[in-house]
Amino acid sequence: MPLLTALVVIPVVAAVIVLLLPRRRPELPLPIGVGLSVLPLALAGYLFAAFQGGTAEFQFVTRAAWYAPWGISWYLGVDGISLPMVVLTALLVPLALAASGMILRRTREFVAAILLLEAGLIGAFLALDLFMFFVFFEAILIPMYFIIGLWGGERRIYAAVKFFLYTAFGSALLLAGIIAMAVIHSRETGALSFAFEDLAALDLGHTTELWLFAAFALAFAIKVPLFPLHTWLPDAHVEAPTGGSVLLAGVLLKLGTYGLIRFNLGLFPQASVDAVPVLTVLAVIGIVYGAVVAIVQPDLKKLVAYSSVSHLGFIVLGTFALTSAGLQGGVIQNVNHGITTGALFLLVGMIYDRRHTKQIADFGGLAKVMPVYAGFFLFTAFASMGLPALNGFVGEFLVLVGSYPAVPVGAIVGAVGVVLAAIYLLWAYERVFTGEPTLPENKALIDLRPREVAVLAPLAVLMLLLGLYPRILLDKIEPSTEAVLDHIETVTGYVAPEPSRPEHLLAEVSG
Amino acid sequence: MVESAQDLIWLVIGLPLAGAILLHFAGRRIGDPRAGYLATAALGAAFVLAAVASVPFFTGDGQSRLVPLGEWLPVLGVRFEINWDPLAALMTLVVTGVGTLIHLYAIGYMHGDERFPRFFCYLNLFAASMLTLVLAANFVMLFAGWELVGLCSYLLISFWFTKPSAAAAGKKAFVVNRIGDLGFMVALMLVFFSFHTFDFASVFEQAGSLLNEGTATAIGLLMLVGAAGKSAQIPLYVWLPDAMEGPTPVSALIHAATMVTAGVYLVARSGAIFQLSPWAMGVVAVIGAATALWAATIALAQTDIKRVLAYSTISQLGYMFLAVGAAGYTAGIFHLMTHAFFKALLFLGAGSVIHGMTGEQDMRRMGGLRKHMPVTFLTMAIGTLAIAGMPPLAGFWSKDEILAVVFERGGLFVALWAVGLVTAFLTAFYMTRQFVLVFLGRPRWEETGHHPHESPRVMTVPLMVLAALAIFGGLVIRLGLESFLEPSFELVDQAHAPSDPLVLLLLAGLSVGAGLLGIGTAAFVYRKAPSEWEGFERGFGPAWGWWRDGYRVDDIYGAVVVAPGLKAAEAAAFKVDLPVIDGAVNSVGGAAREFGFSFRNLQTGFVRNYGAYFVAGLGALLIWLAVRGG
Repeated sequence: MPLLTALVVIPVVAAVIVLLLPRRRPELPLPIGVGLSVLPLALAGYLFAAFQGGTAEFQFVTRAAWYAPWGISWYLGVDGISLPMVVLTALLVPLALAASGMILRRTREFVAAILLLEAGLIGAFLALDLFMFFVFFEAILIPMYFIIGLWGGERRIYAAVKFFLYTAFGSALLLAGIIAMAVIHSRETGALSFAFEDLAALDLGHTTELWLFAAFALAFAIKVPLFPLHTWLPDAHVEAPTGGSVLLAGVLLKLGTYGLIRFNLGLFPQASVDAVPVLTVLAVIGIVYGAVVAIVQPDLKKLVAYSSVSHLGFIVLGTFALTSAGLQGGVIQNVNHGITTGALFLLVGMIYDRRHTKQIADFGGLAKVMPVYAGFFLFTAFASMGLPALNGFVGEFLVLVGSYPAVPVGAIVGAVGVVLAAIYLLWAYERVFTGEPTLPENKALIDLRPREVAVLAPLAVLMLLLGLYPRILLDKIEPSTEAVLDHIETVTGYVAPEPSRPEHLLAEVSG
Repeated sequence: MVESAQDLIWLVIGLPLAGAILLHFAGRRIGDPRAGYLATAALGAAFVLAAVASVPFFTGDGQSRLVPLGEWLPVLGVRFEINWDPLAALMTLVVTGVGTLIHLYAIGYMHGDERFPRFFCYLNLFAASMLTLVLAANFVMLFAGWELVGLCSYLLISFWFTKPSAAAAGKKAFVVNRIGDLGFMVALMLVFFSFHTFDFASVFEQAGSLLNEGTATAIGLLMLVGAAGKSAQIPLYVWLPDAMEGPTPVSALIHAATMVTAGVYLVARSGAIFQLSPWAMGVVAVIGAATALWAATIALAQTDIKRVLAYSTISQLGYMFLAVGAAGYTAGIFHLMTHAFFKALLFLGAGSVIHGMTGEQDMRRMGGLRKHMPVTFLTMAIGTLAIAGMPPLAGFWSKDEILAVVFERGGLFVALWAVGLVTAFLTAFYMTRQFVLVFLGRPRWEETGHHPHESPRVMTVPLMVLAALAIFGGLVIRLGLESFLEPSFELVDQAHAPSDPLVLLLLAGLSVGAGLLGIGTAAFVYRKAPSEWEGFERGFGPAWGWWRDGYRVDDIYGAVVVAPGLKAAEAAAFKVDLPVIDGAVNSVGGAAREFGFSFRNLQTGFVRNYGAYFVAGLGALLIWLAVRGG
């Protein structure tokens, strides 16, 4: 079996195995699930090592007709944009499972749902056939819907339905767009095709391109989520169990930013150029707005959820700056956000397991009783707020410096998000961890267990590694992002503009 | 040997970093006080290495060297790279030298603290970060050090985090610094946009040809915003007085001798950009002079021994900004060095007093400590005279140099010189007031409550070394600094002191006179009984209250910035996000939601089947595809 196919199939097989476990042994599914999910991780590790840097070509391509009359094929390939996402997914799944020890009802189904989610996510990142991409994109909704709806908190049904309908609405537009493109392809060449490179080669005409861009962009913007389409996210996060939140924030949202880069930039170069003002403005609003709203959230998980809105705004800003640094920053920020926010949700989950509350006001003085936990939290918080030497800085700095030439005011306002991140994270830390523990139930809390440290430690190591040696990813990302930009330049002649002279710009800002 | 020391210069960062890592993982096992000695040794070794590697600069035949350590952000051409030039060497010697003394002192000061090893882990981490800042060969690495010292400052201010005021002070310091860093970051965007590189060498060489005055002004002013945050200048100084919540060695190391001088260093390092914009330089000088005077007036009326020194630090940093703003880069760096000596001395002395008085910080409850703490008394006396600008002590030379350079610039700078002169008077006054209140007169504390005692040797030895530096450092440095730093300031036009010896003598006389007047007045007033000097203070009417309360700037910021900001955030979260944006979504999806609830009924009981069907179907499909695909 080809490597990429195996990456999609193995989690499905693993899910089936877990479902076949005897119901009388509820302690089995979780460790077995963790064990099985190490397989895709090992494969992803091999993929990462074997992946050739220095080329933008899709690698490990595997292709077979699926439904030939419609031109649909099982068509997988990996490049520098999808590779980091596949590795990230394969990494977060075992951790998300390992942190789900509190799932006591229907454990088999939970583990299976997480594994199916993994299959869908990896499939979506690898798919080079747009129909297949759509199938995976949709298939992801189902396990996620159940993860929120069955193992979630009090308002889980509301959150699950909202999540499902909101994103399904976007999917409908996406499907319409994909079919339209296949039809246009058949009109031009006589045959239907959903293959990425076939559709990218289409000459759509400006109006059609804009409409199709809008359909794709809307679908992905909901997923990101881009302001003002973000309100499903806090609800989904607050209700989702820890493992679900980790994958939701860590990977699922990245389908949106990944889709924007792969499909919007790749298929609609002219429309992408035209859309720069709209998308960068929304991105920057999201950066500031998400951060401002995060400051006053009383619920720790909601705070992290809104911080995601802010951080994902950086990715969209960098993407639509259409500069080398901006786009690289966007891609690596996908990974960075997955790691830091994944870790933050894991951390919130660990304290929720102990206290069954996520309200900031219910805590205080935790650093004294749980010093190791406090250390991990603070470390992750600083990574998240972009402290140099940790990973968050790399992405945000590349995005800001990279987007300045194209959208100077956007970059400057976006930088405010970095200040606000320090406020919402350190204020939350102050209230949860500092002072003397006053509530009796907080005085007796047990610090992290070895298993919990084992879940967090790899992420902490990655935060440091990617902060100091981001080349481990950037060297593989760069050829692909350059190819995307070259393609845009070839088709449209567009190069990110020089801003008006900076002193005028500053006069405008201050005036 | 010198060659290999320069090749190994990365160890200057590496040694304290290794110390921090070791103490992080094994600190508890290493224990109190060995963790302290280990950290001290790590930084001391870095000092020795730096000293050896600096030798060529002293002999005058030194070449600046770039030591690349590795790629960081290739797309922006950013490397980890060390720039070993005289300015970097000087800063390194101050950081490692004074730092080692303060580490040593802290072994005594922190003895018995339950998180003793953790404290030294942070101190070593701070030293590594600060050295990253001063050794950086490009703006991004400098910025990395810049942010990391902010992190360490946060960790150390809130070291005693169970105290809510300490935790709040740490957060305030970091957030206010980040506000300044916003300016710095935008400056970096402009730098890269203008030069397509962050490397000091190419940026400064090309600044004259690639920057027009407007861009240079923008970059300069934005960097000043960052520098004002880090170096506690108007309007971003408000975090520094609160930072005194940290253990006193932290105040001495981070909030007096090293980190807070980073802004001065940044401006001096970037002189090639600043000098293209008279505007930017003028603003630097004015901010500096204004801060010097403003903070000095506040220091007059403080009663907490550490807060006097905190405002004094802000004021002295103002002098340094005034100097570099007047293009007196060497003078600014000179004062940076002497200030590191005497202010570290004063802080450590204050710590010794607090230590001896078992935690008492209110000077109104001190007095007469001379007999009980002779070493602290003597060394503090030296520090006080040094900061008051009494010849031949260190502060005299550097402060005199600054005032002379500023005066020589003429025009409006003469007004700034006058501000500096008034500040010199105020400085001498408030420092003498502190000295007299603490050490002289009758004890205003109960013998039963306190048993003042001299601090242990591990604390007094650093005091004596720093006192020696505060006495002789100024004159020694004065003799060689200009030629030593020459290679680092090749690209900038420096302002100089007047060449006419008569003018020089007159200026020196004026500043010494101002100092003597301050010392004399304060000694005269505060030698008397408390009721009398309290009367003297009341004589200033409401002004004294304003000074004591720091012009209530914290209250003003709270009312003008913090409270409205919080209100706006709450409005965004609870009046916009939930009702408006989410409300719109929910009303659009109202019908859909109905559907959702009916969906729930459908699910109950059938979920397993549903899930099983789904899994089976999807699985079968995928397997079929995989087989065919393979």
